[in-house]
Amino acid sequence: MKKLVHLLFIAVTICFTAQAWSTDTYQFQDEVTQKRYQSLVKELRCPKCQNQNLADSNAPIAADLRREVYELLQQGKSDGEIVDFMVKRYGDFVLYRPKVSTLTYVLWFGPAVLLLIGVIVVVIILRKKPARKVQKSLSNQQQNKLAEILKDK
Amino acid sequence: MNKIIRFIPLVLFIALGVVLYRGLSLNPQALPSALVGQKVPSFVLTQLLKPDNTLTEKDLQGDIVLLNVWGTWCVYCKYEHPYLVDIAQSGRVALYGLNYKDDRQDAKQWLVDYQNPYQLSIFDPLGKLGIELGVTAAPETFVIDKQGIIRMKHVGPIDGDIWQQKFLPMIEILEQES
Repeated sequence: MKKLVHLLFIAVTICFTAQAWSTDTYQFQDEVTQKRYQSLVKELRCPKCQNQNLADSNAPIAADLRREVYELLQQGKSDGEIVDFMVKRYGDFVLYRPKVSTLTYVLWFGPAVLLLIGVIVVVIILRKKPARKVQKSLSNQQQNKLAEILKDK
Repeated sequence: MNKIIRFIPLVLFIALGVVLYRGLSLNPQALPSALVGQKVPSFVLTQLLKPDNTLTEKDLQGDIVLLNVWGTWCVYCKYEHPYLVDIAQSGRVALYGLNYKDDRQDAKQWLVDYQNPYQLSIFDPLGKLGIELGVTAAPETFVIDKQGIIRMKHVGPIDGDIWQQKFLPMIEILEQES
């Protein structure tokens, strides 16, 4: 248990330091802008190293795009405008949460539909079971045979 | 009815197989460029070899242009360099360079040490034009038509095969358009 707590502590520390190095180079005029910056670099995906967001990535392009986000924030751009700026240049791909469109319906609603199908299947199976149990009781002929066998013993 | 239900798992299994097979055979690095079909973004940057000369997007217009993103720090740029020299000598396209996130002295020396295949190179030390073009790293190559519209983007080095299979068909289309 003690070991586990220790490991957890290390993991949490690593998470926080990873966040820190990508933000500490920039000065923000207020806390709100800093919060917006941090959420933006977490929402935007690094186009070079695709499993990471801008905040976590060490790729040079991620550093450039972080700087771009910072500069756009300094220019007073809204979050939507900054996201549009990135999408215009790097495509929908830069968004970690894909937009809801005809292309992404399956992505957004597929899991819910699958879950629904699963629930329906389970309900159907559960409803069928009791009906079978009734049939399991022995017929008269079988009862008699059973009685005979038991008598012999 | 019951018979049909029995086959549902098989159908689902086959559907899943098809989806996974397709998904796994896609190349996740090959991203569609958001800029294909759009005009070259406007910029004002200096020329690599002549720091006093500024260049804008208008300098790229009028020809079928190949804009090659390169840097001295980029290993694959060295690999594709001889192919670029061949392309420049063929004279079918105007080959321009975008010197991306580089040191001016290093880049100049590179062009002296090897051959300079570019008619001119745009110097983009901060990668600003790179971001406008949606560049993720070097080498990348854009094919731009005579109206200044980006028609194709290739990520990674050019070699003989890629030139034959990917670039030549596009260039032939562009040559017929004019």
